[in-house]
Amino acid sequence: MEQLDNDRLVWMFTQMLRIREFEERVKRTFEEHPGVIRGHTHLADGAEASIVGSLATLQPGDQLIATYRCHGYPITLGTDTKSIMAEIYGRKDGLCGGYGGSMHLVDPGRGFLGTSGIVGQGIPQATGAAWAAQIRRQNQVVLGFFGDGASKQGAFHESLNLASLWKLPIVYVMENNNYNVATRSEQEDANAAAGEPLSVKAKAYSMPGVTVDGGDPVAVYEAVGAAADRARGGDGPTLVESKVYRLSAHGNIIAPPGVPLHYPEHEAITVFGNREEYEAALRGDPVPRFRARLIEQGVLGPVGADEIATEVRHEMDAAVQFALEDPYPEPEAAARQDYVYA
Amino acid sequence: MAREIPYIAAVEEAIFEEMGRDDTVLFYGQDVAPSDDNRFVQAYGRDRVRVSPISETAEIGMAVGLGLAGYRPVVELLMAEFMLVAMNQVVNEAPRLRYMSGGQVKVPVVFKAGYGFTAGWSGQHTGSIYGAFMGFPGLKIALPSTPADAKGLMTTAIRDDNPVCYLINYLLVLEHGDVPEGDYAVPFGEAAIRRSGGDVTIVATGWTVGRALAAAETLAAEGIQAEVIDPRTLNPLDTASILSSVEKTGRLVLVDQGTRHGGASAVIAAEVAEHGFGSLKAPIAQVTALDVTVPYSEPMEAYVLPNEEKIAGSVRQVLGEAPVAA
Repeated sequence: MEQLDNDRLVWMFTQMLRIREFEERVKRTFEEHPGVIRGHTHLADGAEASIVGSLATLQPGDQLIATYRCHGYPITLGTDTKSIMAEIYGRKDGLCGGYGGSMHLVDPGRGFLGTSGIVGQGIPQATGAAWAAQIRRQNQVVLGFFGDGASKQGAFHESLNLASLWKLPIVYVMENNNYNVATRSEQEDANAAAGEPLSVKAKAYSMPGVTVDGGDPVAVYEAVGAAADRARGGDGPTLVESKVYRLSAHGNIIAPPGVPLHYPEHEAITVFGNREEYEAALRGDPVPRFRARLIEQGVLGPVGADEIATEVRHEMDAAVQFALEDPYPEPEAAARQDYVYA
Repeated sequence: MAREIPYIAAVEEAIFEEMGRDDTVLFYGQDVAPSDDNRFVQAYGRDRVRVSPISETAEIGMAVGLGLAGYRPVVELLMAEFMLVAMNQVVNEAPRLRYMSGGQVKVPVVFKAGYGFTAGWSGQHTGSIYGAFMGFPGLKIALPSTPADAKGLMTTAIRDDNPVCYLINYLLVLEHGDVPEGDYAVPFGEAAIRRSGGDVTIVATGWTVGRALAAAETLAAEGIQAEVIDPRTLNPLDTASILSSVEKTGRLVLVDQGTRHGGASAVIAAEVAEHGFGSLKAPIAQVTALDVTVPYSEPMEAYVLPNEEKIAGSVRQVLGEAPVAA
């Protein structure tokens, strides 16, 4: 694992800001341009530090598979935000040509092999990609991202067993936001109910399990980096539980078009009436937290931080503008057989 | 050069030979090569040949990931029903990822499984369940009915850049037949005309191809010439060959080991009804398994399945003759 120098720390901060600003623009679209985003959209605000800290460990040739809450990964990897926003708006020049939408971003050229919209189902796929990496013997690893809810899926348990058995070069990054849509972890997870971290699940599969503050990008970098080093060394997988707090509701469900958020606020408030929990999470918001830390450490000045923020706003202005102006695909493009069959 | 080998050996030969031609082909699954003495392990090593735990979701999900990462896995699933354990990966992941990515990725995987083991395996290991897979664009379905096709269709399945359900009929595994040596591929989407005839078209799949041919012999003795067509793959489906035969014969009997509703014959019947109606001189007849779970007890199992007599009876019926007594 490489040491994080100041440039790298600033890069990490910038990526966190970019994800936050992008997600804010997605959220604002529901009010500013009703009906432009269809279906179900899941935001990563609150998970920026975890995403960026994890992806900062990537080496050339490494790959990842994530979930439907997937905007943050390609943003960090350098996929053009214009094409990501255009995809979410269902436009012709969207990253996936309007075929996938918010839940199914893919950028294989940058190692992002894709997502599954079905909870837990990307985990075995990431595990398969790790077998491919093991065969290639080029010291590559795969990061498999999923939520705490997915760890109740058979796909999780089957995959961890196999990966440990075969010593596959994979890091399982569980972004634990403590909610499965509207159900709290301790209501559906035996470990959580017993007051244990979810990383104890690793023990059943004879692999290391660590829990890390997912609001601290450096801590995530170190945990995922150590796990990736271990995987590159041929010692097999690790389960990293990265504890995050999502700052939006589970998703924005638009049905019928124009009707706003399913839950306009986080389920802590709308389901459990626990505004205090949510406000505490806001006080611990990883983005301002990391900004303050970099300023305190003299890595970045307030002016420099603001300049980055301004640049990021301009980038996302341009992304929204591009996506709004980009035409819809021709309807008959839906029947393209070369996309149905390779 | 061809020589006579069993159907099951032809399947294995295709995998073995294709692994020799292409380093990215992998073979794994439950009970695949637990011993290092296995010839696949000897030839290709443990990187490419592995025995997996009983974890269908992981096995099939990993195949999808391997495909995304540039490999061509053949997953041994033993029984088609075992795919149902991981139905999401088979029908909702593998065939959809390319389309949803706007053509950016491909998933070249083969799900190798047996089906139709109507030999006393009762309700959960006997299903001819491929009809259920026909509604998932992107997923190809191969149903070899001869040893030669068993080899040729497997070769094609492995080379195909899409997910393929390659389904072995368990009633055919020990049937012997001529199988070409060396590189042998049978293209997908090209039906085989197993027998020519001008009076009636019989379309049959898998194990029922043999039953249809036997029925055709019986009918020939009565002066009825049946054309027997084996689609070989249900997706892609060679509708053109079926339509052109129906144009010639004007009569169609569809035979399938699967159920009637939601099955392969229903799909073919709809295509012919829409595109070949003008050629039909009689209603299309379907000789399928009954819409029940396959029962255990032998006489009941036989009652549920299509057979030579039922096929011949249906042919006589569409030709306007009195049906045979049940």
